[in-house]
Amino acid sequence: MEEAAATALPRAGAARRALRSLFDRVEAVLDAAFGPHANPLHQLGALGWFCYWIVAVSGIYLYVFFDTGVTEAYASVERITHDQWFAGGVMRSLHRYASDALVVVVLLHLVREWALDRMRGPRWFAWVTGVVLLWLIFAAGISGYWVVWDRLAQYVALATSEWLDALGLFGQPIAHNFVHESTLSGRFFTLMSFIHIAVPLVLLFGMWVHIQRHSRPGVNPPRRLALGALAALLVLSFAKPALSQAPADLARVPGPVGLDWFYLAPLPLQDHYGGLAVWIATGAVTILMVLAPWLPPQRRQPVAEVHLDECNGCARCATDCPYGAIVMQPRSDGRPFAQEAVVSPELCVSCGICVGACPTATPFSRRRALVAGVELPELTMAALRTRCQAAAAALEGDARVLAFGCRHGAALAPLSGDGVAVLELPCAGMLPPPFLDLMIMRGHVDGVFLTGCAEGACRDRLGIRWTRERIDRERDPYLRERVPRERLCLYFGGRHRGAGTARALAAFRARLVAAARSRPATAAAGAAGAEREAVGRG
Amino acid sequence: MGSVGAGALQVLVYGAFVALVGWLSSAPSYTPVDPSLALLRVSFSHAGERVEPCRRYTPEEIAAMAPNMRRPLDCARERVPLRVQVAVDGVVMLDRVLPPSGLAGDGASTVYARLAVAPGRHRVTARLRDTRRAEGFDHEDDLQVELSAGDSRLLEFRAQAGGFRVL
Repeated sequence: MEEAAATALPRAGAARRALRSLFDRVEAVLDAAFGPHANPLHQLGALGWFCYWIVAVSGIYLYVFFDTGVTEAYASVERITHDQWFAGGVMRSLHRYASDALVVVVLLHLVREWALDRMRGPRWFAWVTGVVLLWLIFAAGISGYWVVWDRLAQYVALATSEWLDALGLFGQPIAHNFVHESTLSGRFFTLMSFIHIAVPLVLLFGMWVHIQRHSRPGVNPPRRLALGALAALLVLSFAKPALSQAPADLARVPGPVGLDWFYLAPLPLQDHYGGLAVWIATGAVTILMVLAPWLPPQRRQPVAEVHLDECNGCARCATDCPYGAIVMQPRSDGRPFAQEAVVSPELCVSCGICVGACPTATPFSRRRALVAGVELPELTMAALRTRCQAAAAALEGDARVLAFGCRHGAALAPLSGDGVAVLELPCAGMLPPPFLDLMIMRGHVDGVFLTGCAEGACRDRLGIRWTRERIDRERDPYLRERVPRERLCLYFGGRHRGAGTARALAAFRARLVAAARSRPATAAAGAAGAEREAVGRG
Repeated sequence: MGSVGAGALQVLVYGAFVALVGWLSSAPSYTPVDPSLALLRVSFSHAGERVEPCRRYTPEEIAAMAPNMRRPLDCARERVPLRVQVAVDGVVMLDRVLPPSGLAGDGASTVYARLAVAPGRHRVTARLRDTRRAEGFDHEDDLQVELSAGDSRLLEFRAQAGGFRVL
């Protein structure tokens, strides 16, 4: 057993790397088509929400015209489909196709999060609740197929109830309800309609729980992407309207049925292997998925720490934390501030974005040892300043660049060389703008290059966005006006776009050289002298 | 990539997505049962006899009971498992022992089974044991059934209706 586990885990690691590489490559193509912020693979969770709302709105419309009853159900669905094809028919098709699209985006979302290893540490909560949501989605979808009461519904009702009966939990087999007209009750359709409404409501509640540990969760896709997806589903609805199959006839076996494989794939499996075998298989897969955040166990990085002596209670760290891991509480040390930041260790992923937001994380301070109000123990601001200055001191030439990268982006080592030093951060969002100011305006380097995860796909959700906004002086802490923007280069290409990152860096250095040569020689010399002097002071 | 190229790629992506959704939402079709056969579904629920026969309380025992708890019989809860056997044209196709439901084994036994049968006229022999006897059956019925390909018929047992019947 242990031997099997020992071989299975490296295989899972290889599969994960291969999948991640595949996602990166496909995302690069989609970036070109949609732009990084409307890339569908970057918006899978939000697209799931969008599909849910389409299903909910179309479902409410259909329910207005739907009748429950053995014969009434089928007849009412036929009326909806044909008598008002332009409204009810389209709504029915949207209802089905958006439900199917929901399965596609949710499964892709799940596989991508696994491939990017984004379910460990505090993220286990979203992952595990997401696994539960899968069951609810399938329950909601399958119950929807019952209420139409056509041949497909007849098969689905029998196969699903046989599958449930395999559990042996019910006194009388549920399948008994569907073996003959005399055993079928119209009230059963009322019950199924209730289930088909209740389960999606529970699903909605579960979706709300799923995003509880994210601040600013992405529940709305960009408008352009939402409109595109809606238009695509509408085109499909008109081109291939969802239709009922022949009415159910319990005196006949439901011959060939057009199966919705997104929802109903387990049913043929239970026909062939038996209900119990499918329960065991699906149960085992579910347990494995639930345990995935801890397979294999990994040591957590030390979480962020608040230094009350430096914390002025400004709440920027709490505002910027992507996981809601920092809360503001009444001051406990008697200092004249209303609040203080408190880190929830169980929610902190040690990304350092809070440090990047802290106004006290300024390397210019010389009054005492550099300590920010909030710090990451693995990389304190004092250590970062020391590393920055040491790395810059070794640089020579007229395009000296310090490249900061996050540990989830392209490998940094290949970028280092003559005139380029590299420093790795947990997340690009950890770098406080005053560090850019220090390195450039005090002449430590000629330019700073920032790289990391792919644009729109920040591993820590908001690191790239906050970095851009701080540098563009749209978000506190702002980069000071005196720092020339042309001496900064931001290129977020992701892990598998190392060549692109290297090209962007080379182009940036070429621009720096050109800019230096275009400056008047005397001014440049004067500035260089002043900067060298500042380096000595710094 | 130019805007035209990006737009074309978007159309391609949306097109591929809806093509996948549209196709797998109803295809490929699936045939759950061989259409050249008929199905006989055996499905019923029936309570077997109690494992221990009920004993009549003596007048002294009844008098000793609280007035609102007095009852004439002392019955253990557990029931015997049923044994059901179905033969089609003399070939036994189902032979099961059905335990009573419930944690105390005091509920009805149930059976649900699908028997695939060739079309045509068949003699269905259904047998049921629902008492404490160790051998043989308490109910046996011979039924003549005419089945066409694709038919689905129900074989059930109802004690009140006289035993087995095919619907």
